[in-house]
Amino acid sequence: MADLNQALQAPPEPTKKDFMSDQEVRWCPGCGDYSILAQMQKIMPELGIPREKIVFFSGIGCSSRFPYYMNTYGFHTIHGRAPAVATGLRCARPDLSVWVVTGDGDGLSIGGNHLMHALRRNMDITILLFNNRIYGLTKGQASPTSELGKITKSSPYGTIEHPIDPVSFALSSEATFVARTLANEPKHLAEILKRAAAHRGSSFVEILQNCNIFNDGAFVHFAGKDVRADRMLYLEHGKPMVFGANNDKGLTLDCPTLKKIEVKTNADRERLLVHDETLDDPGLAYSLSRLTYPDYPVSVGVFRYVIKPTYSGMLSEQINDAIARKGRGTLHDLLNSGKHWTIKADGSQARG
Amino acid sequence: MTAETAAKDKPTELVDRATIRFAGDSGDGIQLSGNQFTLTTASVGNDLATLPDFPAEIRAPAGTLPGVSSFQISFSGSEVLTPGDEPDVLVAMNPAALKANLGELPHGRIIVVNEDAFEPGNLKKAGFHENPLENDDLKAYRVVKVPMTTVTAEALVDTKLSKKDVERCKNFFALGVVYWMYSRPLEPTLEWIGEKFAKKPEYVEANSLALKAGYNYALTTEIFSAHFTVRKAKLKPGVYRNVTGTEATVLGLLAAAEVAKTPLFYGSYPITPASDILHELAKYKHYNVKTFQAEDEISAVGSAIGASYGGHIGVTGTSGPGLSLKAEFIGLAVMVELPLVIVDVQRAGPSTGMPTKTEQGDLLQAFFGRHGESPVAVLAAASSADCFRMAYEAVRLATKYMTPVILLSDGYLTNGAEPWRIPNESELPPIQISHLADPDTYKPYERDCLTFARRWVVPGTPGMEHRVGGLETEDITGNVSYDPINHDLMVRMRQAKIMRIAADIPPVKVRGEEQGDLLVLGWGSTYGAITTAVDQLRAAGHKVSSAHLRYLNPFPRNLGEVLAGFKTILVPEINLGQLRLLLRGKFDGNFIGYNRVEGRPFKVHEIEDKIKELLR
Repeated sequence: MADLNQALQAPPEPTKKDFMSDQEVRWCPGCGDYSILAQMQKIMPELGIPREKIVFFSGIGCSSRFPYYMNTYGFHTIHGRAPAVATGLRCARPDLSVWVVTGDGDGLSIGGNHLMHALRRNMDITILLFNNRIYGLTKGQASPTSELGKITKSSPYGTIEHPIDPVSFALSSEATFVARTLANEPKHLAEILKRAAAHRGSSFVEILQNCNIFNDGAFVHFAGKDVRADRMLYLEHGKPMVFGANNDKGLTLDCPTLKKIEVKTNADRERLLVHDETLDDPGLAYSLSRLTYPDYPVSVGVFRYVIKPTYSGMLSEQINDAIARKGRGTLHDLLNSGKHWTIKADGSQARG
Repeated sequence: MTAETAAKDKPTELVDRATIRFAGDSGDGIQLSGNQFTLTTASVGNDLATLPDFPAEIRAPAGTLPGVSSFQISFSGSEVLTPGDEPDVLVAMNPAALKANLGELPHGRIIVVNEDAFEPGNLKKAGFHENPLENDDLKAYRVVKVPMTTVTAEALVDTKLSKKDVERCKNFFALGVVYWMYSRPLEPTLEWIGEKFAKKPEYVEANSLALKAGYNYALTTEIFSAHFTVRKAKLKPGVYRNVTGTEATVLGLLAAAEVAKTPLFYGSYPITPASDILHELAKYKHYNVKTFQAEDEISAVGSAIGASYGGHIGVTGTSGPGLSLKAEFIGLAVMVELPLVIVDVQRAGPSTGMPTKTEQGDLLQAFFGRHGESPVAVLAAASSADCFRMAYEAVRLATKYMTPVILLSDGYLTNGAEPWRIPNESELPPIQISHLADPDTYKPYERDCLTFARRWVVPGTPGMEHRVGGLETEDITGNVSYDPINHDLMVRMRQAKIMRIAADIPPVKVRGEEQGDLLVLGWGSTYGAITTAVDQLRAAGHKVSSAHLRYLNPFPRNLGEVLAGFKTILVPEINLGQLRLLLRGKFDGNFIGYNRVEGRPFKVHEIEDKIKELLR
C-alpha cells in the first residue's frame, strides 16, 4: 500500500540537482564556464520541460564539455558541426528542446558555415556561444573574435586579421532571437537563457566568458564590476537606451550612425532611442551590436526577438499536407508505383 | 498505328539483340528520346540495359564536340546485362554527334543522320573540313540520310508553334523513325506526351505529330528496305517495372523504412551524379520522408547522424568528393555506434575528375578513408535494379548492427535502367527496430551478445538520459575513458562488430564449376559485363567461372574457400586494382587484375579477350 500511495503522488518538482550529471566537472579553476553551467542547471527546472526531452549538443573546445555535465540527453559531436547534428535531430523530433553549446573558435571558425545556416533556416534550436576570444583547449591560439594585433602563441607578432562580432554575425544570418550576456553576471545570464529557451526559432546567445588561463581579463575593461555601469548598455525592450551609474548617458540616432550623448535635460531624454527588440529590420540591432568601448558602451541584452515560421514547423506542415492530399503511402503502394506489366507463368505479358 | 499493321508493308528481319545509340546536342532532347525508347521497349517485353552519357556542362556551346550527349540501349529476347559493346544503329542529330561516336561504330553498321544539320556552320564546329555525307568518309557504313528538321517542319505546318519550338520537336521525329526500324508501338510515347504536356495541348499535338511523321516517313520512303523485330524475353513470371539505379535506390530506402516502421531522413548536398536521389526522395513526403538539402556535405551527414540519434533512419547520399568531406563525421558515427547509411554514387576522380563519368575508384576510400581504426560495413550494388536490394540491405544492417554502412553505386548504375521484377512484400527480409525503454538495466555501451550492437535509446525516453560523443568511451558504461586497455578493447570490439555481419549475409555464389583454372571475380557495377563475357565463353566451350561481390566489408564467409578452388583469379575493376589489394591482404591466391579507368563501363569483349589471354 505504501508503494501505491507513493506512486499515486505527483512526482516531486525537479530541482537544480536533477540536472547535474554524475561526471566530475573538469574546467580550469576560475573558468567562466562554471557560472554558465550553474545558471543553466538552475533555470532548467523553471522551464517546465521534462529532463528527458532536453538534448545538449556540442562540438569541440572547452565549452563543448558542457553536455557531459548536464543530466539530460547529450551528444559531444565534432569540431564546429554541432548545429548540423542538432538540425537533424530537430527535423526528426519536433517534441524535444534542442540546445547547442559552442565557442568562438568552434562556432565562428571551423563551424561558421553551419552556424550561419542553422540560424537563417530558423531552426528551432538554442545556440549558446561562449566567447572568450581565444582558443583554450588547444592552449592559446588566436580566435576569430581575438582583437587585431593580439599576441598569442600562434601570433607572436600580433594577429593581422580583423575579428568578427558574434551578435553581428547572428543578426546578419537572420537569427530570430539574438542576445548577449555575461558569464559573471548570473542574474542577467539566467534571464537571457530563459528567454532564449522559450523562443520558437533560431535563438542565439553570445556569452562573454573569461578564460583566466589564456586570455585573462578579456572583458574587464568594460565589464569589470566597478566600471560596467558606465561602460555597458543594458538593452531592455520599450526602455530608453540610457546607461551610466547615474543614468546620465544615452544613445540617440544621428543619421547615419548612433551617437553617444550626455543625458542632463528632458530635451536630452526625448532624444534617446527606445529599444524595440521586435523590429523586423535588424539594422538598428546590428548597429548596436557593433558598439565598442571606449567610444561607445558595449550593449548586452536582447537585440532581436521576432516570430517567423520555423524550419521544423514548415517541414511538418509539408508532410502533413502531402499525406492529407495523397494519403499516407504504404509499402504496397510503393512497390506498385510506376508503370508496370505482368509476365505470366506461360510467358505471356499483360500491362498493369 | 501499331507495329503489326506497319509490318505488312515491308519485310521484317528477326534479330536476337539490338543496340541503338542516340546522339545529339545536349539540348536536343537525347536523354528524353532514350528514356522513351526504353519505356516502350520494356513494355513490349524485351530485356534491356541502358547507358546514358552526357557532358557535365549544362549547355555546352551548341554543335560542338563537348556538347554531345548520348544514350545507348541494348535489348533482346535473351537476358541483357549490359548496354551493349557497340551500337548497331547510331542516330546522329548533328555533325558533332557523328564525329564523337563514329570511332565506336563497327563497319557495316547503320547510321541515321539528320541531314539538315550538316550545314557549313555545324560542320566547322565539329571539325569537319568537308561534309562527310557528300564524300567517301562513311562508305564503310550504311548511312540513312533523313532531312529531319525539314520534314518535321512540314508535318507541323498547321500547328501554331514558333519556328524554334517546331525545330525542337525533331527528336520525336527521330524517335518515330527508330520505332519503325525496330517495330515498336507508338502508344506508350503518345500516352506519355499526353500526360507530360497536359497543360499545353499545342505541344501534345506537335510532338505527337512529329513522332507519327517520323514513323510514317520510315515506313513509306524508300530509305529502308526492311525493319527489325526482337523477340520477347523469357523473364521470370512476376510484376515488372522499369527502374533506373536512382529510382531503385530510393525505392529500396523507402521500402526498408516502411518495413522497419521507422521514418526515413535523407540529408544531402547537391553533387553529380547523386543529386537525383535527393530529387526523387523529396517527392515522397506522403511517406513521412524528411529530406534536407544541407549547406555542405559535412552538414548533410551530420544531420543524418542527428536524425538517427533521434530514432529515424538517417541516410546521406553523395559522390566521391563528398565522401571525402564526410569522413570525420562517419568516424563519429563509428564511435557513437548509431545507424547511418551513406550512399556513394561513384564518379571518375580524383578531385572534380569527370563528374558525369563512371568509376569504381572509391572502394578503398569506403574501407579506409577515415582516421584511426574506423571500420564500417561496405556494400555494392551489382546492377541498376540491384540498387533496390542493396539499399534495403544497407538499412537492415545499419539498424541491426548500429553502424554506418557505405553503399557503393556509380554513375553507370544510377543513370542506367533495366526491367525490375517487383518483389512481393513477403520476399523482403524483416527489419525490426526497437528503442529500449528500461531505465533500471540500461548501460549505454552494453552489447547484444550476437550482433555486438549497443542498444538504440532515443532522447525523450524518461530515466535513460545519457551522453554520447566522439571521445573514447568506457566499455559498458559509455563514460569518457583514456584507459589504454579499454581503448584497445573498444577498437577490437568495433572491428568485431562489423565482422559479425558476415554471418548475416549470403555466401558468394559461383557461376559455373566451383573449382578450376580461372575464376573471374568482380564487385559492383561490372556484374553485367563480367557475367555476359563468362557466359558467352562457357557457351563456346571455355572452362571459366565467375563470382560477384555485393558485400565487401565484411566479405562473404565462404569467399576464402571459393578462391582456394581456382588456380588463377582475374579481378576486373574500373580502378587500378583496389579489390585486388584487399584480396591479397586477406587471402592467398594468384590474383590478376584487369584494370581500365576510362570513365565508362567495361565492354564485354574486353573481358572476353582478357579471359582468353589467360586461358591460352
